[in-house]
Amino acid sequence: MFGGYTEGIIILLCINSIAAMGVSLLTGFTGIFTLGHAGYMALGAYVSSLLIMKAGMPWLAGIFLGGTGAMLVAWLVGIPTLKLMGDYYAIASIGLGEAIRLILENWQSVTRGARGVPGIPPYTTLPVALAFFLVMAFAMFCLINSRYGRAFKACRDDYLAASLLGFNTAKLRVLSLAISGFYCGVAGALLAGFLSFIQPIMFDMIKSTELTSVVVFGGLGSMSGTLIGTGIITLVTELFRPISQYRMLIYGAVIVIIMIFRPEGIMGQKELGKTFFRDLTRRLKPADKRHGGGVKR
Amino acid sequence: MTPILEVSGVNKFFGGVHAVVDMDFVLEKGMLAGLIGPNGAGKTTVFNLITGIYPLETGHITFKGEDISSLKSYEVIGRGIARTFQNLRLFQRSSALENVMTACQQHHHYSFLEAVTHLGRWKKTETDIRLRSMELLDRVGLADRADQAAGTLPYGYQRRLEIARALALEPELLLLDEPAAGMNPEEVLELNELIKEIHSDFKLTILVIEHHMELVMEICPHVICMNFGAKIAEGNPETIQNHPEVLRAYLGEEVPEA
Repeated sequence: MFGGYTEGIIILLCINSIAAMGVSLLTGFTGIFTLGHAGYMALGAYVSSLLIMKAGMPWLAGIFLGGTGAMLVAWLVGIPTLKLMGDYYAIASIGLGEAIRLILENWQSVTRGARGVPGIPPYTTLPVALAFFLVMAFAMFCLINSRYGRAFKACRDDYLAASLLGFNTAKLRVLSLAISGFYCGVAGALLAGFLSFIQPIMFDMIKSTELTSVVVFGGLGSMSGTLIGTGIITLVTELFRPISQYRMLIYGAVIVIIMIFRPEGIMGQKELGKTFFRDLTRRLKPADKRHGGGVKR
Repeated sequence: MTPILEVSGVNKFFGGVHAVVDMDFVLEKGMLAGLIGPNGAGKTTVFNLITGIYPLETGHITFKGEDISSLKSYEVIGRGIARTFQNLRLFQRSSALENVMTACQQHHHYSFLEAVTHLGRWKKTETDIRLRSMELLDRVGLADRADQAAGTLPYGYQRRLEIARALALEPELLLLDEPAAGMNPEEVLELNELIKEIHSDFKLTILVIEHHMELVMEICPHVICMNFGAKIAEGNPETIQNHPEVLRAYLGEEVPEA
């Protein structure tokens, strides 16, 4: 249907979107900044590819176990570190991300260290990537439009008020981190099956920063903004691949432009949906009609 | 009459400051009581101790016969206590309705699986939460502001919204921390009516911190007065108004003429 290159970009879009949705839930909706989520992608990638290659597991089970492995680590890490308030978790997450990368780099007997793992079966085809993206995006949008979404947002906006509305804020923060770990783990597992080759350096701090900046770029607290942001950043970095030495320059420039013109991110806290288009059409209407439109509601 | 909240022998220090001194009082079920005192008397600290924001140094707080002194805030709230804040703590950017729904959902449950699929009880429960929250907004006179962001509401409305949000927790004991702060006299009168109404309609026990003496004296049959962290008087409004300690706390001591 598509050429190999286009297909590759679409698969990459799906993978990046899944990881970004995970970070968005944690950073945008629960208000916890992270600079180490590439670590969870690395876990997902290594767990799934090693299980598939060494234990002969079917690839679908490998992807799920990769995600689950990352989720378990996130959960375990979250219990002590999410007692840290404010920006302290961000600092802890840098250490965590780097620790995971260094363990993978030095545990030679299992991970082959910095040489990476080659020859992973290419199980991430276009239909697989699309199916994972659609199912996980559906679940994420359902989640943020449920009691859990409101609870996460309450923790983000005012943790004291949240606990005095009966929310166990510590538990909710750990839950949010575990879910985001699962999303990043699955994304990592899909990436392994897409590239057929993984090495620890792919999941360094630059990757972590990219994940968080995409979320900020799209608008903290907007899941559709996260998807739009991922789309733009992935396409910008891919389209300018021919002039690869200027790629990061253009990437930086795009982020600066957005921050100047939309300091709240592309979407702010709004979601693409009925209300968004209603507000947009109302804003585009002439001023005299707008008044009449506002009262009816 | 049965006691609902018992505070006995409670002390709290902040460094060298003895913020609450041997506090003792009992609230009977269905009471509408006022907690008054000059600025810095420790009234809000008492609220913070009851709701588990600070740990107690000594003493006990008992709610419906259960010792709640060592419980965490969310556990205290789960037992049936709700409060508002002196300096509002609304979710500013969420709509008024969403603010109330966030509290209201504590009494409407569905599972995580139902949340990520929107199947099962999701639809019905969300509808219930929304309807109940609208009812409460209507109750405090904010139904037509439901979609407005909480932070953009006029100040008096934000106070009412906090009351609606606290009511959504379906508490038995409601703690109101200076609900009339920053209101004009007309708004204070309306608030008086609102507090009296919700007290009888929701069969609540209410403890209200207030600076507007006329408000407390008019609506509270029972008044507790604090100064420098200690209770200095307790009783009906007339007793309080004529109590020498209270007069001294508010008006200062009479200087003997030279």
